[in-house]
Order: sequence, then C-alpha cells, then structure tokens
Amino acid sequence: MKTYGSGNTEVQAMQDASMNVAHGEIVALLGPSGAGKSTFLTAIGLINLPTSGRITIDNQLVVIGPQPMVNLKIFRRKHLGFVFQKSNLIPFLSARENVQIAIEINGFKPRAARKRALQLLDELGMDSRADNFPSMLSGGQQQRIAISRALANRPAVILADEPTAALDSHLGRQVMELFRDLAHKHGTAVIVVTHDQRSLDVFDTIYEMEDGIIKPMH
Amino acid sequence: MNLAVKDIKHNLGRFTLTAVGIGMLLMVVMGMGGIYRGIIEDATLLIDKIGADIWVVQHNTRGPFAEISRIPQNIDYRTLAIPGVVSARKFVQHTIQRSYQNKRLRMTVVGLDWPVDKGKWLPLVAGRILNQNHYEMVADRSLGMALGAKIKLGKDTYKVVGITSNMISSGGDGIGFFTVNDALDIQFNTPAEAIRLERAARGVRLRKSDQGLKQPGLIEYAYQESNQLPALESPRVSAVMLSIAPGASPEQISSIIAGWNDVSVFTREDERQLLLKGSVEKVRRQIGLFRALLTIISAIIMALILYTLTLDKLHSIALLKLIGASNWMILKLILQQAIVLGMLGFGIAYLLGQKIFPRFPRRVILSDDDLVQLALIVIAISVVSSFLGIWKAMKVAPNEALN
Ligand SMILES: Nc1ncnc2c1ncn2[C@@H]1O[C@H](COP(=O)(O)OP(=O)(O)OP(=O)(O)O)[C@@H](O)[C@H]1O
Ligand SMILES: [Mg+2]
Repeated sequence: MKTYGSGNTEVQAMQDASMNVAHGEIVALLGPSGAGKSTFLTAIGLINLPTSGRITIDNQLVVIGPQPMVNLKIFRRKHLGFVFQKSNLIPFLSARENVQIAIEINGFKPRAARKRALQLLDELGMDSRADNFPSMLSGGQQQRIAISRALANRPAVILADEPTAALDSHLGRQVMELFRDLAHKHGTAVIVVTHDQRSLDVFDTIYEMEDGIIKPMH
Repeated sequence: MNLAVKDIKHNLGRFTLTAVGIGMLLMVVMGMGGIYRGIIEDATLLIDKIGADIWVVQHNTRGPFAEISRIPQNIDYRTLAIPGVVSARKFVQHTIQRSYQNKRLRMTVVGLDWPVDKGKWLPLVAGRILNQNHYEMVADRSLGMALGAKIKLGKDTYKVVGITSNMISSGGDGIGFFTVNDALDIQFNTPAEAIRLERAARGVRLRKSDQGLKQPGLIEYAYQESNQLPALESPRVSAVMLSIAPGASPEQISSIIAGWNDVSVFTREDERQLLLKGSVEKVRRQIGLFRALLTIISAIIMALILYTLTLDKLHSIALLKLIGASNWMILKLILQQAIVLGMLGFGIAYLLGQKIFPRFPRRVILSDDDLVQLALIVIAISVVSSFLGIWKAMKVAPNEALN
C-alpha cells in the first residue's frame, strides 16, 4: 500500500498491489493514467518505499513497509536496472560513458568498464554511436543507450516505465522484443509499464492496474 | 571517469565564460588590494629611501610630511655636536602647482642638502644625480618630464638631469628633487619689484628709528641683499635629518634633542607611523573598507554562480544517485568544478591585472602576501559555495530524475 500526503490531500496510490515475477519472465503492467503504475514501479525499484507491504527480490526480503532491510543504494545498484519514459541520460557524458559510469559505480576499473560498455552498446546495435552525446541521438537511440545502462550490472530485475512512449511503433516493438530476449536469454525478470496495446504479445504475463489495485488480465 | 572534467569539456564555452567573469571580478578585488598597498608604499617610499635615522622638526609639530614644519637652517650644526651623529642633512619639502608645456603641473619640491646629499639614494631609471648646487633637478617619471627638459620655476630655469620612478609624495604628486638652495628659491621666490620695495621700506624704517638717526652709516646696509644682513635670518628649512653611527642608540640621541625647547624629534619609524596614521590614514581606511566590501560582494556573487552551476546539474545528480553513485562521487563532481573555476578565475584575474594595472596613474602593487590571501579566500569561497550546492544535491531524491 502507498499513501501520499495526509488529511485533505491524502491519495491512496496503491491499495492492493501484489505481483510475483519469476526469473526469466517478462511482465506488462497496463492501466489508466493515475492508476498508480509508476508508484508501484518506484516502490519495487526501492526509490519510493511503500507505506505498508513487503518486497522480496532474489529471495531476499528487502523492504517491510517504509522500513528498508538492506542498504538500498547498494542493493539498487547490484540487482535493479531502470529504464524510463524519457531516456534520462546524463547530458555531458557520451553514449559509451553513460553506460560506463554505471559499471564504474559498481566497482569496476575504468578500462574493464569501458570494454563492457562497448560490448553492451554493440549488443543493442549502438556501437557506431558510442562517442555521440545524448543530444545528438534520436529518442529511440537514447532509449537503447538507457537500456544498455540498465543492463550494465546484469541486474536480476529490470523495471521499465513506459519505455516506448517516445518511440514510433516500429521502434517501440523493437525495444519490447529486446526486453523479451533479455528475459528469456539472460533470465532477467522484466516489468514493463506500457500503454502500447500492439506489443502485448511479447509478454509472458499481463497485469492491469486501476485505482491502486493490480489484477492479472486474461 | 572524472565527471567534473567531462562536464567541463562538454560545456566548455559556458564554463570559459563563467571563468572569465569570475576572473574579471577577482581582478577588481585584486586591483583594490593593489591600490591599497600602493598608497602605503608610495607614502613611505621617500622616508624609506632617504635613509635618515632621526628627523628634527619644528617644535610641537608632526612634520615635515604630515604637516608643515619650519626650522632654522643652523640646527644641523647643533645636532652634529651630539656624539654618535655622523651626518646632518637639511631637508625641504613643499608642493607647487605650475604649468609646464601648457599643462597643469603639480610637483612636490624636495630639497637635498647638496653636496652632503647629492641624491645617491634616488632610484634613478635614467640620467644622473645632481652634479651642481644650482639649476639642476631630478624629476619623477610621473611628472612627465623628459631627460634634458628645461622648466622655469620662479626666476630660474632648471634642467632635468635624472629621472626616478615611483617617487611620489603622500598627496600623490610626483617629486622633483633640487638642491636645498634651489628648493628654497622656488618656494620663496620674490619678484624683483617686491625686493626693491622691501629694500626701500627697510631704509625708511631705519631712518625713522633711533638707531638710524644715531648711526646714519647703517642705512646703506639696509639696501643690501637680505642674505647679507646679519640681522635677518636665512629662510627656514622643513627638517634636518640625522644619520647616526653604527652602534649608537637612536633613542639616546633623540632624547638629547628632545630636551631642546625649539625643536621636536622623531625616529624613522615614528615618521612612517605619522604618515600612515596621519595624512594617508583616511584614504587608506577608505580604500581598505571598500576593498573589504568588494571582497565580500565578490564572495557572494561567486558563491551564487557556483551554486547555480550545481542547480543546473541536479537532474544529472539525481540520475547518478538512481544508478547508485556514492555521495563522495557527487561531492567530488561539485567540489572539483568549483575549485577549478575559482583557481582559473584567479589566474585570469592575475594575468589581466598584469596587463591593466601598470596603466593606472598610481602604483598598484600586487604583493605576494595579498595574492596568497586572496587565493585562500577564493578557495574558501569555492568550498563553501560547493557545500551549499552539495547540501542541495544530497537532498535530491533519486526519483527526481524521473520527472
Ligand atoms: N509524489 C506524489 N505526491 C502525491 N501524490 C502523488 C505523488 N506521485 C503520484 N501521486 C498520485 O498518486 C496517484 C498515482 O500516480 P502514478 O504516478 O503512480 O500514476 P500512473 O499510473 O503512473 O499514471 P500515468 O499513466 O499518468 O503515468 C495519482 O493520483 C497521483 O496524483
Ligand atoms: Mg506513470
């Protein structure tokens, strides 16, 4: 459960929001605007802790209500990868550096981090744009860099909040398929918030959220 | 990967402009400090260079720099009789405003006791010291007179035989060095007509007096030049400067002279203090206060600039936090940039100052102490204002990157 504010301005953003995601599973979360999807995602992402409830990641109880059970910053770094609607790249770093910095933060030496960053960019077909700054890349290209960065530390869970909203349907589909491959080939659990009805076939499970309540969709 | 360097490289144009802006601001602060130093140095340069150990001046005055002092010329003979006094030099100083080449010329006339003092201590940049007792002068560069130039002051014409630099009176006027006799002539120059009238008046006075009636032979004397008349004293000088023997005690000699009822006596350090606490005091305080104000204001402006620089990066900082960056990493980004900007600004200020300050009419002295002090202030400002930014950055929640 998540409650924002108090008294008159109180908002119940999550009321009954439960979800089980297995390794290698890709899950979609649909729902109207204001349903609480982003709230849910940032809660699992350990960015915005819930008012009550439990979060277990990789068989580890991470959060009970607003109470962290582990060092969130380190846990986030090691186990979670984020992709957002806006690509959210650091403007003064090149594509390669945006990925590299995430790897360096995880304790790799610059040389090794650089190598791995180039590898990831290559996997996403962005190796030719490694030295470009985000402002010189298209929305889809930026999103692919952001995905490379999310993958940088081989996370157990990837959380994506409307990752294809800024892309045309063709590119959007490509990104979704990329996520599916990640889940199926690397065993990553992927949760994608999306409005895009056309790509729903790539998902293993689809949930729907409305007024803070999550239900599986059939 | 050094984030500070990456950011600077990516925003090089903006960063450079900011550094130049801070540099110009710091240059003004630096210049103000330099003007302050310059005023103090200029005020005491003559006292320091002239090398007198003891100054004998008019009784109960604080002369000859802080106020007018007039003493009889023969004090030098009396002081020479004191054991430990090696030399006694007469000193004359007064400021004139005349015209030279149709321009206003303000000059402080200093008389040197030629031949005891030919001006060997003068910081000459061209020409030579005074070679004869009359009609020669050494001019400070700031007076704008060329070597060999001639200038008519009073009845006589003087030739510039030497040029000094930075010899300026406490009022800021360039100094012209003459012999004591010439300096007195310039000061007491009386037109021929006035001299004739005074001689005639002397005769009339004598004729009417008892003495003149009893000894008519004296009347002839009255018409002679005044310096030939035993009854008239010769013009007074401003001060007499004493140099004492190595080993002799200036305090002891001073106390002897202080016992004389017609003069006052000061050591070299006394004279410096009289100047700094006296005529230069207000200017010094005025500029000192302005300098302090300027430093504070620049500190605030710099802090704001550095703080805004951090605010611009808040989104990136939130993002870095989101991907797990340590606080130290973020702190380094902000702090390094602030210090680079501060030091770069300081360097620009110094280089600009080197080009611009020499064009000022009065000296701007960048002393090492002042520069170090300013550098420390700049570093302190950089650190403090980054802490403002860091405080803000630390409060940024990672999910702010999502908006
Ligand atoms: N920081 C906050 N403070 C107060 N209320 C908030 C905050 N963030 C979200 N809310 C409220 O919580 C509810 C759920 O918001 P949330 O952003 O999770 O919706 P969403 O499903 O992601 O919508 P969208 O599809 O438009 O992105 C909304 O009513 C919103 O106004
Ligand atoms: Mg949302």
